[in-house]
Amino acid sequence: MLLHRPLSVLLSVLASLALAGTALAADLTALVGNLTSGGLSERAAAITALAASGEERAVPILEALAAGQLYTRNSDKLAVIGKVDGNRLALSEAISGKSAGSAVDADLERVRVNNRLRGVIEAAVGSLTLMSPNPRIRAEAADSLFTRRDATALAALDEALAAEKDPRIKRSMSEARAAIVLGSDAPASQKLAAIALVRDRADRDSLGILMTVAAASDGEVKTAAATAAASIEQSLAAWQMAQNIWYGISLGSVLLLAAIGLAITFGTMGVINMAHGEMVMLGAYTTFVVQDVIRTSAPHLFDVSLVIALPLAFVVSGAIGILIERTIIRFLYGRPLDTLLATWGLSLVLQQAVRSIFGSSNREVGAPSWMSGAFQLGQLNITYGRLWIVVFALIVFASLILLLRKTPLGLYMRAVTQNRPMAAAVGIRTPRVDALTFGLGSGIAGLAGVALSQIDNVSPNLGQGYIIDSFMVVVFGGVGNLFGTLIGALTLGVVNKFLEPYAGAVLGKILVLVFIIMFIQRRPRGLFALKGRSVE
Amino acid sequence: MTAPGITHVRSTSALLYLSGVSVSFDGFRALNNLSLLIEPGEMRAIIGPNGAGKTTMMDVITGKTRPDSGEVVFDGAADLTKLDEANIATLGIGRKFQKPTVFENHTVRDNLLLALAGMRSWYRLLTAVPSKAENDRLEEILSIIRMGPQQHMLGARLSHGQKQWLEIGMLLAQNPKLMLVDEPVAGMTDVETETTAQVLREVNKSHSVVVVEHDMSFVRALGVKVTVLHEGSTLAEGSLDQVSADPRVVEVYLGR
Amino acid sequence: MVTRFLWQGMTRNLRLFVLLVLAVGILVPLSNLLLPADSAFRMPSWAVQLVGKYLCYASLALAVDLVWGFCGILTLGHAAFFALGGYCMGMYLMRQIGTRGVYGNPVLPDFMVFLNYKELPWFWHGFDSFWFAAPMIVLVPSVLALALGWFAFRSRVTGVYLSIITQAMTFALLLAFFRNDMGLGGNNGMTDFKDILGYSVQSDTTRAVLCFVSALALAIFLVISAAIVGSRFGKALTAVRDAESRMRFLGYRVERYKLFVFVLSAAMAGVAGALYVPQVGIINPSEFSPGNSIEAVLWVAVGGRGTLIGPVIGAFIVNFGKTWLTGALPEVWLFALGALFIVVTLLLPKGVVGLWNQFVNRSRERRARAAA
Repeated sequence: MLLHRPLSVLLSVLASLALAGTALAADLTALVGNLTSGGLSERAAAITALAASGEERAVPILEALAAGQLYTRNSDKLAVIGKVDGNRLALSEAISGKSAGSAVDADLERVRVNNRLRGVIEAAVGSLTLMSPNPRIRAEAADSLFTRRDATALAALDEALAAEKDPRIKRSMSEARAAIVLGSDAPASQKLAAIALVRDRADRDSLGILMTVAAASDGEVKTAAATAAASIEQSLAAWQMAQNIWYGISLGSVLLLAAIGLAITFGTMGVINMAHGEMVMLGAYTTFVVQDVIRTSAPHLFDVSLVIALPLAFVVSGAIGILIERTIIRFLYGRPLDTLLATWGLSLVLQQAVRSIFGSSNREVGAPSWMSGAFQLGQLNITYGRLWIVVFALIVFASLILLLRKTPLGLYMRAVTQNRPMAAAVGIRTPRVDALTFGLGSGIAGLAGVALSQIDNVSPNLGQGYIIDSFMVVVFGGVGNLFGTLIGALTLGVVNKFLEPYAGAVLGKILVLVFIIMFIQRRPRGLFALKGRSVE
Repeated sequence: MTAPGITHVRSTSALLYLSGVSVSFDGFRALNNLSLLIEPGEMRAIIGPNGAGKTTMMDVITGKTRPDSGEVVFDGAADLTKLDEANIATLGIGRKFQKPTVFENHTVRDNLLLALAGMRSWYRLLTAVPSKAENDRLEEILSIIRMGPQQHMLGARLSHGQKQWLEIGMLLAQNPKLMLVDEPVAGMTDVETETTAQVLREVNKSHSVVVVEHDMSFVRALGVKVTVLHEGSTLAEGSLDQVSADPRVVEVYLGR
Repeated sequence: MVTRFLWQGMTRNLRLFVLLVLAVGILVPLSNLLLPADSAFRMPSWAVQLVGKYLCYASLALAVDLVWGFCGILTLGHAAFFALGGYCMGMYLMRQIGTRGVYGNPVLPDFMVFLNYKELPWFWHGFDSFWFAAPMIVLVPSVLALALGWFAFRSRVTGVYLSIITQAMTFALLLAFFRNDMGLGGNNGMTDFKDILGYSVQSDTTRAVLCFVSALALAIFLVISAAIVGSRFGKALTAVRDAESRMRFLGYRVERYKLFVFVLSAAMAGVAGALYVPQVGIINPSEFSPGNSIEAVLWVAVGGRGTLIGPVIGAFIVNFGKTWLTGALPEVWLFALGALFIVVTLLLPKGVVGLWNQFVNRSRERRARAAA
């Protein structure tokens, strides 16, 4: 049993060697030594031996060899990897990976390879990675084999398949094997099985393979491949739709963030705040200032900069909102058109003020590490930044609903909205509630600014881009109805993203605007209108 | 002009015919299977506690609110549920609102001129000059409502009582077949109330009138048939003495 | 009949004001053309151009006032009608360039050659003739206003909802005209005009005539507006502004009144835009930007909404301030403009003309009291 296969013996030996690091390093040194000395044929043997060692650290060495970056240093015959750095080569020790200074070409001798040797190296790397104890490396190797369809790796793949325990990696490996089989002249029965395997993978690469197969072969294989390709196309279309919906939700959450503050000031107070976009802009600039301070005085806090910016943005925009309400808007209640004009003027003043302080060019707001990058969900590509904005928008929405329903402020706000004189009669200080409501709407706009600073240019014009969209969302959803705003934002986001591929981004937006203009004609009070005599 | 909803077959002899009319707002039933008949030349008083549906009934008749179900027929031929406010007004239904709404930036005379029956076409109004007949009629109405001296005063400068009078004058100018009068004596002194009752009785000689009013002494002074509304439907109908003897009416007004 | 109609709104003050407008439109260009270059009274060419521009703005302001001040429709999209009239004129002027363009194509304007157009888009046909372009200047904005107003007024979209719709309209047009596929010059718009009706747009004489025509147009618009406002139609119109539903209960078809002034006002804005373009020498999509429409509303508010003289005065005051400030203190301009919006709505709801009337009335009362 133990002696059943020589390779397994070798593997178990190597595994025991792994416990004794120095011994293994010595072993690796010897193997690499064989690699750099001797002629081309000895080199091929050395590569195979290296592959057989199963040593993970051999992979970069072999890759460097294939790329012509493996050298021996003339002074001490040490094997080094050299990367071009200006006129010189930056060196690192091949085995340990430690930096080894730099050198010019004349100090070094390149370890030569030819095309035959490159093939050997590739197979060696393939089997080394396929047999790696690290499951991630094995999975990557299988995936890369799938796309390369390297027939020479077939033997190594078979071996790895036999040894593999992890079912998911095993599946990737059999898919890679199927892809290789499809590229070979294997019998039809094997190819049919391979087609079934590749079809179940159902991504763009497998579609490509199947289409090549369908074009190149005939008979049973051809039809099977064509059918499989069609089924993949179908599933890809479904994924594409899912991706569009995701983009739509993502855009919708941005619209929601921008509109939700407006839904409060316009929807519950009836105040048309054209400076709402500037409240968003102030939130974004608050984020910029916070990051600027952190960069200069506490760089380690960068990852939490947005968390710090959130309350500050809320306070800055909210305070300015309250100031505006107390100094301008309260004199204009009952004159919505005048409010509109005054707040437009205010938006000009705020824009110019920010332009005078921060300049008119775009300001750099960085993304913390937890917001950068992306992940794959099936065939969906989801960036963390967008995901967080969707989550954030929903959290803001939910908190707002809770605030309106469960807190005294919410109770007062609803009371004042529904019947101002009665609310005043029972002792609610309506002017204070007005100011706080407006402050709340503005503060939420500030929160939106923190989120939007991640996806938009932070410039004095930031807010202007959102004001019309926000009004559209609020009016479309139904004034005075926060759930209407949620549905409205998501609907418009998704519709926009579905129109884009057909009509282009700009025309899509125009179509949405025209649609809303027509919609308001049909239902002047929006999707979820409040009905009744009190509306008049 | 023939508007949709007007047939030429008379289906009832009544001037105004409401049958099974229901209206609800967000689950609240403002009118519940309401039926009402007004004969030509009749004056009817409608009373009922707050929220009984008096104003909603007016809204339905004048086309401001569309009923969820039921029939509303005017003059035996016009289906009011299919017409809008302007159509209904030109058919001959005039309305005085609870809260006096006169045109504040127009003079008393211009207010009456705007209300004057006849000229409604926008392009003819561009060049129209008041005719002798129109001017005579304006003078007549100004003397009925006793506002001749104030005729060049802006609507905004009138007192509350003057606005009420002006509204009645505008109704007269409109010369409708049916007048809907919503709380005409709210905020008036006893003397003014008595005068208003006289004017309405006078008006009733040539027009049918529906009066909604809270003021019982005023309703008594009118001396006409009374309809009591409660929770959107008719509770009782008859002379004021009859309905005030009805135990259900007493219960509604005095509570249980 | 027509003369009686036109004369019915002409009060004494308005007659004087129309004469003043005409006098400016005649004397300013004449002083430029006839007086020697060193005369103290000679208006330099740029000033003639500036006055011409202001006169077009004043017409736009009057158009806005007709719907807002007299009918209560706060339009935030009137610059779109102005720009559409301007584009119609621009298309005519483009076709007049002929082979003098950079690419020398006898039919296609330069930007079309640049964008590889093979032939003229269908909607460009006819614009080589002024007598086709002229009615289009009126028709295109009117038809848009008719379509928008027909639906909006019939479904009783009022107040801020209407404002938002009109703003969305001009925003959609802004985006549309930015597109190269529109065939109207994309974001560069149209410029490098050569001549109008055979006269060079650069020459002092043409500029002088354009300035005069702008004044004449404004005077005509004032007379027409006065006639409408002074008629029984005008009484109904202001009644609609003050109590729309009351008018319905009186049997007025409110939407027709609104539609008529809205379309008329759009046509006036279109003509103003058409006169504006040859004087400034360019038309591009930025004319559609929502800010422009709101600025026009500000001119009306500053001058005095609901008066006929107010918008003209407001347009001159604000634009003079803009020309002066953007030259002298560009940083301050937006602060000043923003502050103006706030101050006018809070403190001067009746504008400069309202302030003047108040002053006149008060001194008259004081005199009456002194006499008594």
